[in-house]
Amino acid sequence: MITARVWRERRQRYLNEAARCKGCGRIHFPPRQVCDACRGSDFEAVRLAETGKVLSWSIIRVPPPAFAQEAPYAVAVLEMDDGARMMAQVADVAPEEMRTGMRVRLEFRKIRQYGRTGIIAYGHKAVPVA
Amino acid sequence: MRDVAVIGVGMLRFGELWEKSLRDLCVEASLAAIRDAGVERIDSLVVGCMASGLFTEQEHLSNLLADSLGMGPVPATRVECACASGGVALRSGLMEVASGMSEIVLVVGAEKMTDVSGEACTATLATAADQEYEAFCGATFPGLSAMIARAYMEKFGATSAQLAAVAVKNHANGALNPLAQYQSKITVEEVLKSIMVADPLHVLDCSPVSDGAAACILCPLERAAKLSRKAPVRISGVGFATDSIALYRRPELTRLPAIELSAQRAFKMAGRKPSDIQVAELHDAFTIMEICALEEVGIVERGQGAQAAPAGRTALNGPIPVNTSGGLKSKGHPVGATGVAQAHEIVLQLRGEAGPRQVKGARIGLTQNMGGTGGSSVVHIFEA
Amino acid sequence: MKRAVGIVGYGACVPRYRIKTAEIARAWGWDAEGYARGLGMVEKSVPARDQDAITLSVEAGRAALRRAQVNPECIQALYVGSESHPYAVKPSGTVVAEALATSHWLHVGDLEFACKAGTEAMFVCAGLVEAGRAECALAIGADTSQGAPGDPLEFATSAGAAAFIFGRESLIATLDATVSYTTDTPDFWRREEERFPRHGSRFTADPGYFHHIGTAAKRLLEDTGLAPKDFAHAVFHQPNGKFPARAAKLLGFTPKQCQAGLLSPRIGNVYSGSSPLGLCAALDAAHAGERIFMCSYGSGAGSDGFVFTVTDRIDAVRHLAPTVEEILARPTVQLDYTGYARFRSKIAREED
Repeated sequence: MITARVWRERRQRYLNEAARCKGCGRIHFPPRQVCDACRGSDFEAVRLAETGKVLSWSIIRVPPPAFAQEAPYAVAVLEMDDGARMMAQVADVAPEEMRTGMRVRLEFRKIRQYGRTGIIAYGHKAVPVA
Repeated sequence: MRDVAVIGVGMLRFGELWEKSLRDLCVEASLAAIRDAGVERIDSLVVGCMASGLFTEQEHLSNLLADSLGMGPVPATRVECACASGGVALRSGLMEVASGMSEIVLVVGAEKMTDVSGEACTATLATAADQEYEAFCGATFPGLSAMIARAYMEKFGATSAQLAAVAVKNHANGALNPLAQYQSKITVEEVLKSIMVADPLHVLDCSPVSDGAAACILCPLERAAKLSRKAPVRISGVGFATDSIALYRRPELTRLPAIELSAQRAFKMAGRKPSDIQVAELHDAFTIMEICALEEVGIVERGQGAQAAPAGRTALNGPIPVNTSGGLKSKGHPVGATGVAQAHEIVLQLRGEAGPRQVKGARIGLTQNMGGTGGSSVVHIFEA
Repeated sequence: MKRAVGIVGYGACVPRYRIKTAEIARAWGWDAEGYARGLGMVEKSVPARDQDAITLSVEAGRAALRRAQVNPECIQALYVGSESHPYAVKPSGTVVAEALATSHWLHVGDLEFACKAGTEAMFVCAGLVEAGRAECALAIGADTSQGAPGDPLEFATSAGAAAFIFGRESLIATLDATVSYTTDTPDFWRREEERFPRHGSRFTADPGYFHHIGTAAKRLLEDTGLAPKDFAHAVFHQPNGKFPARAAKLLGFTPKQCQAGLLSPRIGNVYSGSSPLGLCAALDAAHAGERIFMCSYGSGAGSDGFVFTVTDRIDAVRHLAPTVEEILARPTVQLDYTGYARFRSKIAREED
């Protein structure tokens, strides 16, 4: 059930909820049941920093069907200011404006829809910080 | 554990095989390998395939193959490890023979990719990435590899032309391989002028969408001479390692630690070192991947990978020929078939049957097969 | 005596893309300069392909929470007013509530009343707080409105959102009076399953916009015993650059009073977010003790009127989130009509 699949991730997608390992302090996004740094299993929920920077990026020009209407679009590996990492699209940016190291802020956006009649999945994209 | 040998290999030419079904591909490659080995029976089969369900709506492929080969009662296993499915299937077959569980094992790698649209193919390949946190964002496989490429280029000052040189080399090799999908040479300029798929990767930096299958027959080394007239090729080492499925969780985007670890494990088992390798098939799904794999396997020094192809170090007549088959780039990359097809090439090389692309006197070869963006890597070392 | 009800936080969101009035006219072979002059509009905002009434609501709501400095859990009612709710059935407000990390113990509803759905939300929120049914209530007006290709409506229909948190503590503006005036006047509509609205063309002017705004605004002045000169700022619904200016003049407000809150020449008609965004801009510019007059208009038809008095807390919260002028000063991207048509799915790649 695609609806359930989207729904169960809502706290990660809507609130950028991550898990901080109480053993080693590392922040994991998405939350994990086992810390791959220290094997700890005791976590507290935290929300990712809203700003960060681009570590690497690409412009997707050959998209999968769900993103057929969106290409070309930028996708990046982000390092947030709390040290956690995530992958996100970079919105409101022209391909030629993308730069490694650029500062970004997370903004609430429509990520994809499951067909014209299906549900809409929301989440965060990065936008350049002026 | 018993020593294990490859006594037969088979493969059909990769490409857009419109007239052939997944079943046809598996059976043809299997029969070719069985014929090559000259064996009458198999005791077990292992088939590596990434996504027959998504590509062709066919699961239970192991059973389909056993049935279609008329080998009905044999145990048949399907192995899935994204693009490393073939290599991991080979490892599984090897373990069956090494452990004494089976005597003669057929290992097949197969993928039928052209029964879906290009966009559906892109989406299917992206299932090897973290669905909820990478593919969900619209990241594609070329896109993820492009992020590795960009990080690598920015860290080491590598250029698009250096990446292109990998494609040029592999196409030159593929031009000598009658089983390659593309048997034509290309130039650096053609690569750089080809359309951008995922910046900085051009379409000619990427392996193609292919249909194909490859197979090999394994048996205990001590029984090889009795079972087959072919010169046995011993698998002296195998290493398998995993890493985070999501690229973004890796501490260093230019590193693929699973490749390094899988190679180290294989070298340790074989009692060999990188400088012993005389011919290698590396997982060049994208030009950047051959560059990274050269470094992780230890064939070239870190940060030197991009210079290897332009300098001729990895050319057919160079000190360490890499991807003599044409690699995934030119030979084609039916994803589940690739790991077995790499073994096919190294076996031909070590038997001295590689024709115009023969590496003279090659006695020790290596294959490296990767799943995802480096989430899985399996390395085999072969010795004549 | 009950403490006053008012605004404790406000936030705005305007997409970064623009299309010029002249570019739309050019696409259809019309007199570009004539239309721009006639409508009093230079350009309008266009939502990115990944922005809709829900995403704009969340961003505006987050800005309002930053200014209000309240725990999101104190929000006990949340209404999203829009004529472009992404779903015909399934609330926008549920996504917004979760994304703002409110408690699950709140009343949520989507409202629709053409261009006044946002002020409807404000009206309801103020009433709930005043009645003691909600500690704080969040009202949002958000739209990504659309006009059919080649319909002059295309010149104005734009995108944005404004959010207001109503409460009783730490007010930045007290709500002094409200009025709501409604008749059945079908000057603009969209039937079920239709993608684009239809309208009564010039019929929407006098029997619609001017009658309702004029009637509601006069009543609000009468009820409060205030005259136009008693207000520092006046905000009217702004379907284009000309209508609000004419309404203000008819009522006796000066262009200077309307200046801060008049955004349509630069961003078009944000529908449910139109006068609410104007109110945000007026609050950005207001000083303690100043009065703000606000009157919306929604086709169908009705007008909601509000009188606010700004408190001295405004200076402390104004810069906790971007002001409307700061948002509009960000780099924008000009679209040509082809890009606009693609962004608004007026043209699309054929899908399987």
